[in-house]
Amino acid sequence: MSISGKTAIVGVAESDQIGRVPDKPALMLHAEAARSALAEAGLTKDDVDGLFTAGVSTLELGEYLGIEPKVTDNTSVGGSSFVIHVAHAATAIATGRCEVALVTHGESGRSRVGMARRSNDPDSLRGQFEAPYGLPQPVGAYAMACSRHMYEYGTTHEQLAEIAVATRKWAMLNPKAMMREPITIEDVLNSRPISWPFNLLDCCLVTDAGGAYVMTSVERARSLKQTPVIVMGVGEGHDHAMISQMPSYTSFAARHSGRRAFEMAGVKHDDIDLAMIYDSFTYTVLLSLEELGFCGKGEGGAFVSGQRTAPGGEFPMNTNGGGLSYTHSGMYGMFAVIEGVRQLRHDYADQGIRQVPNCELAVVHGTGGVLSSAGTTILARG
Amino acid sequence: MDYKKPLPQADPVTAPFWESVKAHAMQIQRCNDTGKFFFYPRGMSPFTLSDNVSWEPVSGKGKVHAFSIVFNNRAPGFADEIPYVVAMIELDEGPRMMSNLIDVEPDPDHVKIGMSVEVVYDDVTDEVTLPKFRPVQE
Repeated sequence: MSISGKTAIVGVAESDQIGRVPDKPALMLHAEAARSALAEAGLTKDDVDGLFTAGVSTLELGEYLGIEPKVTDNTSVGGSSFVIHVAHAATAIATGRCEVALVTHGESGRSRVGMARRSNDPDSLRGQFEAPYGLPQPVGAYAMACSRHMYEYGTTHEQLAEIAVATRKWAMLNPKAMMREPITIEDVLNSRPISWPFNLLDCCLVTDAGGAYVMTSVERARSLKQTPVIVMGVGEGHDHAMISQMPSYTSFAARHSGRRAFEMAGVKHDDIDLAMIYDSFTYTVLLSLEELGFCGKGEGGAFVSGQRTAPGGEFPMNTNGGGLSYTHSGMYGMFAVIEGVRQLRHDYADQGIRQVPNCELAVVHGTGGVLSSAGTTILARG
Repeated sequence: MDYKKPLPQADPVTAPFWESVKAHAMQIQRCNDTGKFFFYPRGMSPFTLSDNVSWEPVSGKGKVHAFSIVFNNRAPGFADEIPYVVAMIELDEGPRMMSNLIDVEPDPDHVKIGMSVEVVYDDVTDEVTLPKFRPVQE
């Protein structure tokens, strides 16, 4: 059986504050977002029988929220996890294993309140085969992969900077975005070097933020408060954990997750009105666009040139301001889902170019780890 | 001397690699079913999941496959060496290995993908040696 068209996202929310939230531990960011997403849907926590999260254990999350799920899913493969949870929740609902799925995210990425310590044990594989050489993670990993794309395809830093500049223009339209001052391509090229070829403005923010969405069957969605957003296609995959084991630095699992999602949805790239593409770094976006099939291999630089992804451009992308300028708590994928849903519901209809015109079909793509994992979903206005 | 950077700690499977590096005669594993070398060390072949693997000496020669020049790292030991080069080295035997590229200007005008390199054994403590790489003339 296909799960295409069987389930819907019926509520989305961020935590009460995002950005700098030094007084709230990570679990509280989950809980605030969960509370708001359920309220937006017109549901309560007692309706929830499927619980999904990454980073923290669903055990801790269920305990904190007082939820006893029938389906529990802790798939935790980096920032793509919350896009992959759409697939897993859709499957669980469509097969009758649960009826209302709650998916939450929360990270005190900036303030580090209530967060596990990050460390590489010296006898771990990363501790043995990467940590001794001082590659800052994850930025250095993405930078190293990018060096290969520049070598193979002649991709330039100016082309990467186009992405940062266009994304900032979207952030200037979003009051919740952390960075709202305009920037130019020269600003990106002249910003502080971090890990060549990346400068500061090639890199995502580090913030505190929570997010959540609620899913149920299309039938039940019709009786709830919001315009349903239908899950049309999903795909996922991964092919390495450490950057030193990545099979090719110019290709990753998005080529598979994207193809699977488009095939399931039965739609073409030209049908897509909005692309939400995880932007941990400028290169993440450029490579994802190629791998998802929006352009050919090596054509990502040309594809994003001329501010094509900016407000009013031909290819609306990352319309919340992305991880580069809106928020990036650590595993950003949740926020790509939230923005995709809001655009498809026409939540910004009274905000001029902030709303993508006639937005009926969106692709949401998450990348996790160090180009390690990919999750793609295609969503439609219901 | 006080070495501040993270040190690798061998496990029972990887110990032969670290011992070979300490002896300045690097060995990695080869899958005898396919004839292919692989790295990092594993308890079985990643190609076939067979136990039919052996340790073999390698030439220590290879090419730069990808790299980054690190300008921002406050971690002890690294902060005072900025900028420095971290590279993926494709060994002549096939597998790739992360390491530092040394004896070269940390500048994209000097570090080139495809440049030939050779291993340098860096005895960073009495117990631990790290394989690093430097450019060689073609």
